[in-house]
Amino acid sequence: MNEQPILEVQNLKKYFSVPAGLVHAVDDISFKLYAGKTLGVVGESGCGKSTLGRVLIHLLESSAGKIFFEGEDITHVNRKKLTELRKNMQMIFQDPFSSLNPRMSLFQSIAEPLRIMGNFTAQEIEDKVYGIMETVGLADRLVNTYPHELDGGRRQRIGIARALVMNPKFIVCDEPVSALDVSIQAQILNLMCDIRDERKLTYIFVTHDLSVVKYISDEILVMYLGQMVEKAPTEELFEHRLHPYTKALLSAVPLPDIDHERKRIELKGELTSPIDPKPGCRFASRCPYAEERCFKENPVNEEVRPNHYVACHKTRELNNLKRL
Amino acid sequence: MGRTAKKEIVWEELKKGDTLLKIKDLSIHYVTKDMGVCKAVNHVSLELKKGETLGLVGETGAGKTTIALGIIRLIPNPPGKIIGGTITFKGTDLYKISEKQMRTVRGSEISMIFQDPMTALNPVDPVGDQIAEVVLLHDHCSKAEAAQKAAEMMELVGIPRERYSEFPHQFSGGMLQRIVIAIALACSPELLLADEPTTALDVTIQAQVLDMMNEIKNKLGTSVLMITHDLGIIAEMCDRVAVVYAGEIVEMGNLVHIFKRTEHPYTQGLFDSLPNAAGDSKRLKPIRGLMPDPANLPEGCNFSPRCPYATEECFREPPKLLEVEEGHFVQCHHHGCMKGDKT
Repeated sequence: MNEQPILEVQNLKKYFSVPAGLVHAVDDISFKLYAGKTLGVVGESGCGKSTLGRVLIHLLESSAGKIFFEGEDITHVNRKKLTELRKNMQMIFQDPFSSLNPRMSLFQSIAEPLRIMGNFTAQEIEDKVYGIMETVGLADRLVNTYPHELDGGRRQRIGIARALVMNPKFIVCDEPVSALDVSIQAQILNLMCDIRDERKLTYIFVTHDLSVVKYISDEILVMYLGQMVEKAPTEELFEHRLHPYTKALLSAVPLPDIDHERKRIELKGELTSPIDPKPGCRFASRCPYAEERCFKENPVNEEVRPNHYVACHKTRELNNLKRL
Repeated sequence: MGRTAKKEIVWEELKKGDTLLKIKDLSIHYVTKDMGVCKAVNHVSLELKKGETLGLVGETGAGKTTIALGIIRLIPNPPGKIIGGTITFKGTDLYKISEKQMRTVRGSEISMIFQDPMTALNPVDPVGDQIAEVVLLHDHCSKAEAAQKAAEMMELVGIPRERYSEFPHQFSGGMLQRIVIAIALACSPELLLADEPTTALDVTIQAQVLDMMNEIKNKLGTSVLMITHDLGIIAEMCDRVAVVYAGEIVEMGNLVHIFKRTEHPYTQGLFDSLPNAAGDSKRLKPIRGLMPDPANLPEGCNFSPRCPYATEECFREPPKLLEVEEGHFVQCHHHGCMKGDKT
């Protein structure tokens, strides 16, 4: 592909300093994302998936590595440039209950980005707000309501409207449906897919829900304790999962199918601490196939099948794969 | 079995397969000044057999937790009120015994696992002592015996007994939920009410906890009422399912009835709303609209405003719960109306 990626990330790191040492929240992540595609980022709580999303959108400053947006290095930007960037990169937050200002009406909430970022007349702002409300399925009569009067689904629609109103190209969605009930979740997921296809948006979709990520993503990145363990196009990942962690993760999902024969790969133990991790594969302590080497050397990310990257010493041996 | 209460409760002796719990026509309302009467549970009837796992599935606010709290008599009053119905457990009506007697029932005969293990435990008490407390209260043994039993329970749920004296903050969420389960099972209750026991946990940890619950349940012969919003968990854990919507059971049956021969449009809507991690990703078919406000339920069928099959009759007349085949109950005027659509 010669096309320029809309987002490129090289060896991105984000460390947090805590009394006990350094938390390696995002550790050496690299990927490219092309316009109009959705990258799903999955992992368990504490794996750094939300931190990754926040670093990309500059809500957090990266510790090392580079971020390119449409070919331009945006790793370090000043405030003015950041305001400029935010017109094109937006975020949808997880909890529609705490991410909205309770003292702003629906109109004020959606108009806020327009007021801050652009020179619009009052009439233009009004037109844009009503326009976007229609796009996300909020009835006109709700325009003066406050968040506490609305249910979770409608609140999340406001969150989406706020992100969309500046007409961005790229949106980081941080667990946008996990606080919602299934029937509402389906409404919001459909809405997000429709908007993406209509506006050719690029999403990074952070979630712990594997069924959701499969539904919405073109490509999936699996994270474990700050590191990328596997990345592949969605179909490829579900058909040919290669990393032992991905296998265990997918086998752990309870399926709403009573004929499904469960072959669960049991993981012993729990996540190890991301504070000052020792060298070696971070999954080794829970991995059923770990050998001595896994506890000593960091595995390298390798392309083992076309577009399919895995970081595991034993991938080829366990899956009978030849070198590409 | 009932221990200290002067008047001991006479429990029926049950064999596997006998009815352990029978709820008949239970209605629970929350009466508030400014919000009016919130009809949380309306005319719910269900039965749970010994050794069986019954799933209660439904969305937030459907009344699942209120049913469980009603069984264990923990409905906050006020504003909660039992409006009608009976709950019979091992032949005894739980609302006919005194509060003192009820305290001997909670924990030893019926226990509950709460959703969030982080808030269910006392942060300043070692976890081992929190398990021992239940044993001490119900079994009237010495402290040393209770501690011994607590350590055994910890091992049963897969936590080394060396961690007896540690505090909740020293454990991860999955381990805390195991402690909560150990507390619930310490006195070998006949009935376990599990209210979203794994919702706060990650999938790999959830898998461990569910496997462990299954193992213990089979070992001790405990009946379980499993409350969840996750149809995947229902498919893995339960023998029978009751689908709860707006305080009513709209469909109830065994797994094949619910998953294969779905009769109620709401149950079908739940399945259509789920993105499937195994199958192909077709476009989702969400249920339109929202669950009705329990303080302001519609006149006819509660699901009628959202139902694609609703007719005039549905808006006027509330449907009755019908047995459409043996053990398969549906509350819908047009039950089975989706059959033509499936193919």
